Amino acid sequence: MAEKKPLIKEFTKGLIAENPVLRLVLGTCPTLAVSTSVTGAIGMGVAASIVLICSNIVISALRKIIPGKVRIPAYIVIIASFVTIVQMLVKAYAPAIDESLGVYLPLIVVNCIILGRAEAFAGKNSVIASAFDGMGMGVGFTGALLAMALIREFFGTGSIAGIRIIQEAWPIDPMIIFILPPGGFFAFGILIAVANKIAESKGKPKAELHGCESCPMAANCSLIKAPGEDNVKEATVK
Amino acid sequence: MTKAFLSILITAILTENFLLSKFLGICPFLGVSKKLNTATGMSMAVIFVMLLATAVTYPINTLLENNDMEYLQTIVFILVIAALVQLVEIVLRKYIPALYSSLGIYLPLITTNCAVLGVVILNIDKGYGFAESMVNSLGAGLGFLLAMVMFAGVRERLESCDIPKFMQGLPITLVAASLTSISFLGFTGIVENLFK
Repeated sequence: MAEKKPLIKEFTKGLIAENPVLRLVLGTCPTLAVSTSVTGAIGMGVAASIVLICSNIVISALRKIIPGKVRIPAYIVIIASFVTIVQMLVKAYAPAIDESLGVYLPLIVVNCIILGRAEAFAGKNSVIASAFDGMGMGVGFTGALLAMALIREFFGTGSIAGIRIIQEAWPIDPMIIFILPPGGFFAFGILIAVANKIAESKGKPKAELHGCESCPMAANCSLIKAPGEDNVKEATVK
Repeated sequence: MTKAFLSILITAILTENFLLSKFLGICPFLGVSKKLNTATGMSMAVIFVMLLATAVTYPINTLLENNDMEYLQTIVFILVIAALVQLVEIVLRKYIPALYSSLGIYLPLITTNCAVLGVVILNIDKGYGFAESMVNSLGAGLGFLLAMVMFAGVRERLESCDIPKFMQGLPITLVAASLTSISFLGFTGIVENLFK
C-alpha cells in the first residue's frame, strides 16, 4: 500500500509536517545537548542521518525474517552496529567532530527517532520507501538542530560556525546564557512555540509532548496501556 | 580517599546534573514529571538501574579491553543493559510484586534511556575504577531524582497558572525547565572550592 504513495511524499513529510524534533518531539536529548555550535549540530545531524538511513534499509529488508516478539532487541543490534561503524569513521576522519560530540556520538544508539522510525515505519514498509523515510527524517532532524544551533551560537557567542558576526567594537555583548544549558531549554521552548503557531494557522494540531506514547518502548510498557495518572495509580494499588 | 569520592558524588549531583546540564534522559524528565509520585518512582528505578548497569558493565569492559575489543562497547553495553532490565522486571514481577508495582512499571522505559547508557560510557571515558564508577552512578541517579522532584513541584504550580495561549503545553514546560536549570548554574565552582 505504502509503495503506491509517491516516494517523494515519504521524503518531504519528515521535513516539516512530521518533523521529528519540532512536531513529534523525539530526540530531544541530542537536540538540546549538541546545539551549542553550528558545526557540532551538523556533525550530529549527519551522523544520526547516516545511521537512520542505513538502519531503516536493513530493518526493512529483514522485516519478514525478524520474529515479532524479539523485534526490539533485533532493531537495537542493527542500530548499534551502524552507530559503531559511524563512530569509527568519525574518529578516523573527523576527530574534531568526535571531540565536540563526545558521549553523544555513541548515544545515537538510544536516539528515539531511530528506534521510533524502525518501529513505526521501516518494520512495515518496503526498502525503498524506508530509505526515503530515513532521508526525510534525517534532513528534518538536521534542520531542527541547525535552527537551534544558529539561535544559540549567534546569541550566545556572537558568531556563526566560528565566524564572528558581532564585532568586538560593537556596543553589544553576546548573551553567554544561550550556550549554557538553560539557554538550550529556552531556545527549544521558543522554537516549539513558533512551530505550534505555524501549525495552528494551517489548522494542524499542536506539537504535544506525548511523553510515553511516542517512546518506541511504549508497546511493552505497562505505564502506557491506558494513558493517564489513573492508570499509574491503579497499577500501584495492585 | 573519602574526599575524592565525596567530590565525585557532589559533582555528579549538583554541577554536572544529568538532566539539567548534560541533557541525558530528557524524555522522562518532560514526560513523567507531571506528578510528584510518578517522578519519584521513575527516579528510584533510574538510580537502581544505573547502579546495576555500572556493576555489570565494569567487568565486561575490562574483559573487552583485555582482548582489544573496545570497539564493541556500544553494542555490548546496550544489549547487556536491555537484557538486564528485562530480567530484573521478570524477577520482580514474580517474586516481589509489591516492589514491582511501585518500581517495576518504570523499568521497560529505562531500557533505552540515554541516562543509563550515558553514565556507563562516561565512567569509562573518565577512566574511573570500580568504586569510583559506582559512586559516580549513584551521584548521577541522585541528581536525576533531585531534578525530577524539583521539576515536578514546578509543574504542579504551572497547572494553575494563566499561560498565554501560544506558550501552553510543551513550550512553557521547556521554559520552566530552563529556569530550573538556571538554579543549578549557581553551583558552578562549588566542588573546586569545597575540596581545594
